[in-house]
Amino acid sequence: MGIDLEPVIGLEIHVQLATATKMFCGCALSFGEPPNTRTCPVCLGLPGALPVVNARAIHFGLMIGLALGCELAPRSIFHRKNYFYPDLPKGYQISQYDEPLCRGGSLAGVRIHRVHLEEDAAKLIHVGTSGRIHGSELSVVDFNRGGTPLVEIVTEPDLGSPGAAREWLELLRATLRALGVSDVNMEEGSLRADANVSLRPVGSTTLGTKTELKNMNSFRYLERGVAAEIERQRSIIEAGDEVVQETLHFDPSSGAITSLRSKEEAQDYRYFPEPDLVPIATTEAMLEAARAAMPELPAARAKRFEADLRLSAERAHQLAFRSELGDFFERALAAGAADPVTLANWVGVELVARTGEGDPAESAIEPSALAALVTMLAAQRVSVNAAREVLDVLVAQGGDPAAIVAERGLGAIEDTAGLEATVAKAIESDPAAAEQVRSGNPKAIGALVGAVMRETRGRADGAEVTRLIREALGLEAGED
Amino acid sequence: MSEILALSATAAAAAVAAGELDAGELFEAYRARAAADQLNAFVWVAERAPAAVAGPLGGVPLAVKDLFCTAGVPSQSGSRILEGYCPPYTATVVERLAAAGAPLLGKTNQDEFAMGSSTENSGFGPVRNPWDRGRVPGGSSGGSAAAVAARLAPWALGTDTGGSIRQPAALCGIVGLKPTYGAVSRYGMIAFASSLDQAGPLTRDVTDAALLYGSMVGARDPRDSTSLEFPGTIELPQRTDLAGVRIGVPVELSGEGIEPGVLRAFEAALELMRGLGASVEECALPHAPHALAAYYVLAPAEASSNLARFDGVRYGYRAAGAADLMEMYTRTRHDGFGPEVKRRIMLGTYALSSGYYDAYYGRAQRVRTKIAQDFAAAFGRFDFIATPTAPGVAFELGAKTADPLAMYLNDFCTVPMSLAGIPAISIPCGLAPPPGGGLELPVGLQLAGPAFSENALLEAAYALEQAIEFDGSAPNEA
Amino acid sequence: MIERDEVRHVARLARLQLSDEEVDRMAVELAGVLDHIATIAELDLDAVEPTSHVVAVENALRDDEPQPSLPREQALAGAPAVADDGFAVPSPQA
Repeated sequence: MGIDLEPVIGLEIHVQLATATKMFCGCALSFGEPPNTRTCPVCLGLPGALPVVNARAIHFGLMIGLALGCELAPRSIFHRKNYFYPDLPKGYQISQYDEPLCRGGSLAGVRIHRVHLEEDAAKLIHVGTSGRIHGSELSVVDFNRGGTPLVEIVTEPDLGSPGAAREWLELLRATLRALGVSDVNMEEGSLRADANVSLRPVGSTTLGTKTELKNMNSFRYLERGVAAEIERQRSIIEAGDEVVQETLHFDPSSGAITSLRSKEEAQDYRYFPEPDLVPIATTEAMLEAARAAMPELPAARAKRFEADLRLSAERAHQLAFRSELGDFFERALAAGAADPVTLANWVGVELVARTGEGDPAESAIEPSALAALVTMLAAQRVSVNAAREVLDVLVAQGGDPAAIVAERGLGAIEDTAGLEATVAKAIESDPAAAEQVRSGNPKAIGALVGAVMRETRGRADGAEVTRLIREALGLEAGED
Repeated sequence: MSEILALSATAAAAAVAAGELDAGELFEAYRARAAADQLNAFVWVAERAPAAVAGPLGGVPLAVKDLFCTAGVPSQSGSRILEGYCPPYTATVVERLAAAGAPLLGKTNQDEFAMGSSTENSGFGPVRNPWDRGRVPGGSSGGSAAAVAARLAPWALGTDTGGSIRQPAALCGIVGLKPTYGAVSRYGMIAFASSLDQAGPLTRDVTDAALLYGSMVGARDPRDSTSLEFPGTIELPQRTDLAGVRIGVPVELSGEGIEPGVLRAFEAALELMRGLGASVEECALPHAPHALAAYYVLAPAEASSNLARFDGVRYGYRAAGAADLMEMYTRTRHDGFGPEVKRRIMLGTYALSSGYYDAYYGRAQRVRTKIAQDFAAAFGRFDFIATPTAPGVAFELGAKTADPLAMYLNDFCTVPMSLAGIPAISIPCGLAPPPGGGLELPVGLQLAGPAFSENALLEAAYALEQAIEFDGSAPNEA
Repeated sequence: MIERDEVRHVARLARLQLSDEEVDRMAVELAGVLDHIATIAELDLDAVEPTSHVVAVENALRDDEPQPSLPREQALAGAPAVADDGFAVPSPQA
């Protein structure tokens, strides 16, 4: 009813950098260390302490700028963003304001507004069973995380749907991962995304009032949260009311959207240039070092997979944009797998089925083992089913495929006569199924194939068994 | 004992090096006097001499302003909000001086967070001027200045943001040097205004200042991003004439607003300089009259941010029994900060707040550029700028506390050099009676030079000092 | 002149509790200083860049090499309240 509304979405992403030390001090980054064991006068905000910029954080920032096609500022400075919160030890965050490290750029058609560097806040832990902000009396601050280098990436409002936002964020993640500048793990907090959402009449160029959805910590929640907010705004607009600009929180378990900050607490950050730091002048040497450190980015890698290795567009995209899969694939290829396309399918389908969202390199299987398995498969020394069983073992325990096949007697059946005998036996034992097949019900063949497979403990090749059954029943070789 | 105290730091260091004076005895002589301090110059005194360290500073003990972090020793910046706070680390400059042979004698009293020109803003009581105990020693480094003037310490470290080394030096009849900004590391200095704060020496004479300063500068400090390497080394001055030296006297800083007694002593000193061969002429610093206004935007703005860390969360005072976080913050800061600090935090927050940034902070930063340009132009024609250091002699305790602006005006001759980041030294140039009459009190002359001109500045100051022959013997019984 | 409401707003931004009397006094004192500061409004400053950094230095950078952190006891040494090896504070009410 009424006007057609379209969503307009922009993303604000925070990326924790994988440097060795914090943004402004030499404390090593913490990975679950005991509380307050990775602090120093600087990141604790002790009186008299002063910040010093981490050169590697600048380097990573420049690499991100290059990957996103940004304009790299010849000179950038840090600003103080002043506000009070227990996780902010100095009472201000050192960030960048109107002279950021990078401006402009784009990724997959979404324009980048800016990229800048800043420091992360500490961790505020709420004492109480639920660990939420409301309803507990005491909070405890752990400063281990405080000062971790962050890159903030802000897009223009160029995304048009929750799905598009999710996909784009996944692409950004793949790109950053390929750069090696961050773990970019949403669940662990090294990748954080806020979404700015508004609606406008289709065809309009003016933006509607936007709300900010904060801290969605998985791709799925991001998509659902944005979708929920779009619906919420749609109801408001269709009722003739106005959307209020505010900061919101999406609760994935209830689907509820609640306000995080009331209007009275609108922050005045009183930005001014950080007097304890000096400007960053991007030198030719710094640019050269950033360029030299650039790896092959996902889009280029996908193109190469398609062009050079003849992978399908879909498979190429999958392996290129999940860089851990692409890495595993290329290492297996280098170890001597015979056919890249088959190998790619085994990585993209079979291996993924077993390692899920995780990195196959973290499972027990070695790339060379997968390569060897695929080679054995191509040489028909093992059936597809048997190979799957071998893959299960490799992923769980590692090892050498030939040895596993030998141990478990999974080798393909070389003996055609023996197989024909097994086929005959299966037909004899299940005349009903045989009759079904003869009278033209192709699906009934499944029971017979199953019987043979059980008898051969999966070592027979399914396609070969089907062919033999049809032959034995006097049928033409058909589709399975 | 009094022979030991009569030695300048340079002479004492030489005596120790020559084996004529025991460093431990030297330390104990001063330690005993500091412990018996009646001027409230010290907030902490060492209980014993530390292990001896050989070095160019010869074991001559050093009084250090409260705001320098000294590990395990109270470092409070004159504030109740940090009462008893002992940091886990030591300021770079204090470390360098200790390594050069100047052990820590004690921590000296100061205006709270270095905000003030009289040390009446200290959370631990005011300091008294050894020349007249009913009068202020100046501020914010009033404790350091009084200690040196009263021979409770052979030399001292202070800090200067808008004049806080130079003005107390003038009011106490001693020497105070504000370095080129960046020449001395700020790491470990509890901050007031980051782009203005600098540590510097307060000493009995120019030679002592050169000796101490020489060990403060050198390689830059990697822990302070704004620190600079000092080109060359600091020499002990020897010059006794000023032939060929061109002195500029800015009209804006040498007439209106200055007590007649101070002007007379200042002009007499200018005459002496002419006698030593210097040319002395009027010059203009057209934006100098606006320097105080710019300073009282920039310094409080930076301070309002620097002092945000005093929130009762991690160290220092926390108000008890707060019902919630907001109350904890606001009551802690209300109770812990004195009135002047609160005023400047308010002023600074206001100047940075939404809608006011361009009119105040933005403009003040531009005035700052103009002032630097004014000095650069002046140094095209002159080697040094000379002014009275302070517009008056030491005033009575309580005389200027009713009106903040009256107190701020004490800084109008020193603030321009702070904004420009250039070095400046104050040396005693004579005595003058206070406006209401009474015993004569010290008057300071300020010499300022271009960035990194400290050696030349010290030479010129030394030559003048020799000619003036100021008798530094303040009434210095403890 | 500076309005009382403005003083209260600034005090809140600065997390300073001020009694009504203190607000009034602050308004007067700040007004005096602001009047003096207002003289900079008269100057022609259009052709001038602001001095945002005093030293003519760029790229004061630090190698990404870990340095020893403080032992926890030292980090917590000055803490007014400690719980669970951390700094205890009243919970923020969102």
